Amino acid sequence: MDFTDTPAETEFRQTARAWIQDNAPAYLEAPLSGSGFGSTRTGDFDPIAEAKKWQKTKADAGWACIQWPKEYGGRGATPIESVIWGQEEGVYGKLSGTFIIGQGMCAPTMMAYAGEEAKLRYLPKLASGEEIWCQLFSEPHGGSDLAGLRTKAVKDGDTWVINGQKIWTSGAQHSDYGILITRTDSDVAKHRGLTMFFLDMKSDGVDIRPIKQANGDSGFNEVFFDNVRIPDAQRLGEVGDGWKVALTTLMNERLAIGGSIATGFPEIQALVSELVLANGPASSDQAVRSKLADWYAKSAGLKNTGARAISALSKGEIPGPENSIGKLVAGGMMQDIAKFAVDLQGLGGLVTDPAIARSQAQIQAMLMRSPAVRIEGGTDQILRNIIAERVLGLPEDMRADKGIAFSQIPTGV
Amino acid sequence: MNFDFSSEDRMIQEQVRRFLSEQSPLSRHRSVMEGDSLQASDVWQGLAELGLQGTAIPEAYGGVGAGYLPLCLVAQELGGVLAAVPFSSSVYLATEAITCFGSTEQKERYLPKLASGEWVGTLALSEGPLAPSPTNLTVARSGDTVSGKKLVVPHGLAADFAVVLVTSDAGTDLVLAGLEAVERSAVEIVDPSIAAATIDFAQTPCESLGEPGDGWTMLETLQHRAAVLYAFEQIGGAEQALNMAVAYAKERFAFGRPIGSFQALKHMMADMYVALKLAESNAYYAAWALQNDAPDLHLAAATARVSATQAFQLCARDNIQVHGGMGFTWAFDCHLFYRRSNYLALALGGLNEWENKLVDALPSAVA
Repeated sequence: MDFTDTPAETEFRQTARAWIQDNAPAYLEAPLSGSGFGSTRTGDFDPIAEAKKWQKTKADAGWACIQWPKEYGGRGATPIESVIWGQEEGVYGKLSGTFIIGQGMCAPTMMAYAGEEAKLRYLPKLASGEEIWCQLFSEPHGGSDLAGLRTKAVKDGDTWVINGQKIWTSGAQHSDYGILITRTDSDVAKHRGLTMFFLDMKSDGVDIRPIKQANGDSGFNEVFFDNVRIPDAQRLGEVGDGWKVALTTLMNERLAIGGSIATGFPEIQALVSELVLANGPASSDQAVRSKLADWYAKSAGLKNTGARAISALSKGEIPGPENSIGKLVAGGMMQDIAKFAVDLQGLGGLVTDPAIARSQAQIQAMLMRSPAVRIEGGTDQILRNIIAERVLGLPEDMRADKGIAFSQIPTGV
Repeated sequence: MNFDFSSEDRMIQEQVRRFLSEQSPLSRHRSVMEGDSLQASDVWQGLAELGLQGTAIPEAYGGVGAGYLPLCLVAQELGGVLAAVPFSSSVYLATEAITCFGSTEQKERYLPKLASGEWVGTLALSEGPLAPSPTNLTVARSGDTVSGKKLVVPHGLAADFAVVLVTSDAGTDLVLAGLEAVERSAVEIVDPSIAAATIDFAQTPCESLGEPGDGWTMLETLQHRAAVLYAFEQIGGAEQALNMAVAYAKERFAFGRPIGSFQALKHMMADMYVALKLAESNAYYAAWALQNDAPDLHLAAATARVSATQAFQLCARDNIQVHGGMGFTWAFDCHLFYRRSNYLALALGGLNEWENKLVDALPSAVA
C-alpha cells in the first residue's frame, strides 16, 4: 500500500502541472471557483464556448481524454495518470461538464461496439470537444424501468425508421450526435427486444425541446423522433442486443471515476469557517461540528473508495457494482448540506442572486439542483436495489412483467 | 499510488481467518460471555503461536516486525468473530504505549513478553460516568505509587499490568503498574466478553511511562494510533453482522417469499453495505497513514474511527431488525454483535468525542 507518487508518477504530475500553468484560461479561475453543483460560472464568458476552447487546447497538446488510445484522440495514459491529471487540472476541470456524457458514456460504448472506421471518424472529435454527444435512454414510460421504453425502430431496407420520444436527455440541445436505444421487437420479453444505434442529432425529424426544470434551468430535454432514418451501419451491437449494449454504457458510468464526485463538503466547510452565529463562530458550534465530521467522513470515504477502484483498474480488474455507492452517498449528502448551509444563514440564505449571495449563490444553486442528483442516472432507490441484488445477492422483487412479451405488459394507461 | 494490501498481508489475514474459524466460532464467544471462563485463553494461546500479538513489535524486542498493515487485517478478522481475547487492550493500547513512549529498558522488559502473549496489558482510563479529562482525574500518583479507583478497565480482570492515566504534581502522567497485588472486581458492562474490571489502586507501585506531565498528549497520540486498529475490528464486526442479515433474509420466508425480496429490507441492507464500504475505505487510508507516520495521521485516524463506529453500530442494530423478533432472543447471535458494537464505539471515547477530534484535525477551509 502506497499513496505517494512513484518517480514516473511524479514526473507525469510535473509535466501536467507545467502545461496547465502555461495553457489554462487563468481568467476563468475566479468565476469557476464559485461554481458548485448545478452551476458552471464563467463570469462574462459563454460557458459552452469556453468549455470547447479549453477542451480543444487540451486535445491539441494530447491532454484530452488521456486514458483513451492515441488513435482515438487520447494519450494512452494509465488510470492513475488520469487521476493525477484530474488533481492537477483542478478548478478548470469544472469546464468539462458539457462533455461528461459523451466522453464518459457514449465513447466507451462506441469503442466496444462501433466499427473501426466510425471510431476513427467520431472519437477524436468527441475527445477534442469539437462534437458533443448525448445519450438518449430515458422515456416518459421508461425511467427507472428503462427496459420498458417504447421508442420504435422499424427496418426499411438498409435503414431504420425511428418514431417515439425520449426525455431527460442532458445536453441534447448542444449535441451533434447521440446514442439511442430503441424497441425493435414488442413480441418478446422486454429486455430482449431492444437495439442500440448512434445518430446525427441534426437528422430530419429530430425535434429537441428543452425542459424548464424545477430550478429554472434547462439542462434536460425532450427529444421527439418523427420518421427519423438511421443507416443500419450506425447500429451498435446485434439487433435485439440493445440491453447488453446499454449495460456497457451504464457500467462505464461507474467507471467514470477519474474526477472526484461532487459532495458539497468543500462548500460547507468554507461557509462554516467564515460564518459567525449568535452564539459564536459556527466552527465552534457543537451541532455544526458534528455534522461537519459526519460529512467529511463520508466524502473521504467516497474519495478513498474511488482510489481503491483506481487501484483495481490499474491491476486490470473491473470495478463492480459496489461503485454504485458514489452517487447514492453524494446526492443525499449534497442535498442535506445545501439545506443546512442555507439554514445557518437565516432568511438571507435564500437569496439566489449571484451578485448578492455569498460565493455567487453556489449553495443556493446546489439546494435547487440537488433533488435531481438523487434521480438522474439511477434513483437512490434503484441504486439500493442494485447494491442489494447484485452486490449482496438478495433475491429479486416479485415482478409483474417477468417472462411476458412486451406488448402484453400492463401499462396502467 | 497503490491502494491495496499486499499479497503477503493478505496471506497473514487468510491464515488468521482459518485459525479463528476453527478455534473461535461465535459459540466460543458465547461461552465466555455466559461466564465459563474469563477469556478464551486457548484462542489467545493459538494467536500467540502464530506470533500475532507481536505482529508490529520490532524483531529486536521479540516481535515479528511486520508493521501495522498486517496487524490491521488481523484486527479485522478478530473483529469479525468477536474474539473473546484481550487483544485490543493488550496489543493496540498497552503494547503501542510502550512501543511509542517506553525507555529502551522498559521495551526490553515488556515487549518480548507482550509479543509472546505471556503478559497481557491494558489501559486504565475511565473513572466514572464522565469522559476523562485532565481536570477530572482522581486517581493520583504520589512518587512511585498510585492510588484511586478506575471504574471500567477493559480486560482488567485478565491483565497483568496496566498503563494508567493519573494526575500528579507534574500534571497528568502515564504510569505502568503491575496488577497482581491490586484489588480488582468484575464490573458488568454491555459486552460481558470484555472481562471489565474495577481496579482499586492503593499505594500500588508504579513507574513513569514517558515524561511526567506529558500524560494527556501521549494519551491523545495513543488513542489516534489505536483508533486505526479499533476501526478494523469494527469493520470486521460490521461485515459479519451484515452477512448474517443477508443470509437470514434469503432463507426466511414471509407472505410466501423470502423477506430479502422486500425492498424495505433490501434498502436497509444496502445502507448497511454503504456505511461499511465507506468505513472500510477510510480505514484502509488510515492504515497507510499509521504505517508511514503520515502528517495527516490524526485526521485519517479520526475519520476512520467515526466511519467505523457509524458502520458497526448501524449494521449491528439493523441486523437485529432484519431478524425481527428472533433477533431479540438470547439464543440468536445478533445481540453479540450489538453488544460488541457498543463496546467498541466507546472503548476509545464516543462518537461525539471523535467527531470533535476529526474537526480539530481538518486543514482549514480553502474558501
